Amino acid sequence: MFSTDAIHRAATSTMPPPPVTPFATRLARLALAALGAVVLVFAWHEAEMNPAQLMRDAGNMATLGADFLRPDFTDWDVYSSAMLETLAIAIWGTLLAVIVGIPFGILCADNVVPKWVAFPVRRMMDCCRAINELVFALIFIAAVGLGPFAGVLALFVHTTGVVAKLFSEAVEAIDPAPVEGIRGTGGSWLQEVIYGVLPQVLPLWISYALYRFESNVRSATVLGIVGGGGIGMVFNETMRGFLYSQAAAILILVIVTVSVLDVISQNIRKRFI
Amino acid sequence: MAAALQLDRVSKTYGAMRAVENVSLTIREGERVALIGASGSGKSTLIRLASGLILADAQGAGTGAVHAFGIKVQEGGRLAADVRAARRNIGLVFQQFALSGRLSVMTNVLVGALGRMNALRGTFGLFNEDERRTAYAALAEVGIAQHAAKRARELSGGQQQRVAIARALVQGARLVLADEPIASLDPKSAKRVMDTLVTMSRDHGIALCVSLHQVDYATAYFDRVVAMNAGRVVFDGPASQINAAFLTELYGASAEELILPSQFVVPAPPVAISQSQTVS
Repeated sequence: MFSTDAIHRAATSTMPPPPVTPFATRLARLALAALGAVVLVFAWHEAEMNPAQLMRDAGNMATLGADFLRPDFTDWDVYSSAMLETLAIAIWGTLLAVIVGIPFGILCADNVVPKWVAFPVRRMMDCCRAINELVFALIFIAAVGLGPFAGVLALFVHTTGVVAKLFSEAVEAIDPAPVEGIRGTGGSWLQEVIYGVLPQVLPLWISYALYRFESNVRSATVLGIVGGGGIGMVFNETMRGFLYSQAAAILILVIVTVSVLDVISQNIRKRFI
Repeated sequence: MAAALQLDRVSKTYGAMRAVENVSLTIREGERVALIGASGSGKSTLIRLASGLILADAQGAGTGAVHAFGIKVQEGGRLAADVRAARRNIGLVFQQFALSGRLSVMTNVLVGALGRMNALRGTFGLFNEDERRTAYAALAEVGIAQHAAKRARELSGGQQQRVAIARALVQGARLVLADEPIASLDPKSAKRVMDTLVTMSRDHGIALCVSLHQVDYATAYFDRVVAMNAGRVVFDGPASQINAAFLTELYGASAEELILPSQFVVPAPPVAISQSQTVS
């Protein structure tokens, strides 16, 4: 039979002792753990974390919870039309971004354009991406006034930055051989892109565009809170009026719509990859 | 008469590696040349330099000049302004086919017509009846017309390579440069592709320059053999002068695997009179 004793005896007789973690390494690990703890404590204070408050205001939470458990769909027609507006914002915000994102995405890919073109275009797209949709919405509300169009523009600019990056990454991963094949026949730069690059990246691009549409439906539900139109506007009003039952109805509507669209979009995306 | 391809003192350096060193080479119209040499001897680099896919080192005026049918491809490390005009005469066939796999076989062949048609029409893929008929005839000539509607990537390696040859035909190329066209094919497909290349060259008077690992093909299918070693041309002459001693010197220790016993020698190339249909 196999016994640990035998292994132990064999080990002690012939093998060198097992390696021991050096003291310096152990000290470094300890320091790293201490640093992590300091960061957590600092962040706790900075964020004014106070679980006691949640307990103290338990009454409010109970009211909120109770009302949320009785969703009120009386004004369902108002909510549905607002939800449709949200979808419309997401559709146009995404479509415009994809249309503009295609040329910008190609101009960001340094295997297709020279570096001095790719670099500035990339930085421009970084700017579009760095600023949140909500911030863009505030800017466009100042420009075109309250309403869904401001929401469309906000999604459009932010999503352009996102899809341009996704699209360009797909372009940078292509096989260069087909492009050289087109170049070798005397085709132009644009023809190289159309016959050599696009066929390779199109399935991925469609998938990315659909994924961004899913995200944009979710984003569009919030845009209304700052005045960008859609269901968010209605939700904000109900919350401010302490109409929690109606707010619950709106949330349910949002959850159902977003989930259904996610499932549909995911199924379409699967066909392209 | 301008040469099909003329290289004058062309060099290419990758970092510290001299891939091609001071090579001058002329290929006459309609001539068939095999390019042999061990891996890394500079064969592929030479073919890519000839089509202007890579630039030669800049070493002053007059060096690094590549002309195809009298039209400049590059000189002194700069692409010629009308390089696209030069490329129209050059058909390229790569080891990895270089087709757009998701596009149909037909479209891949029609791409050959891009250089000659109206730029706007070509960009939007509006090929006319005449171009489609030429493309289909070219597919028939290389024996894969029945696969015209399939996606290119659904075809076998040998079939894809013949699509690339059909593309060169549609292009109206007068010189075809093939970089290891049979390196990733099984022996049967390899023979078929080589036969197609040589037949095409013979029927249409197209000059052919093929880089090969298979010395037996080089000597059986080509009259002229150019051998490269460490970026230099070390032999340029009739295939009949190639012997075992030279190959051992050229390939070093790996020569043994390349020199086949006589009973395995590749069968003769196709006969001169071809029944295949001519592309107009």
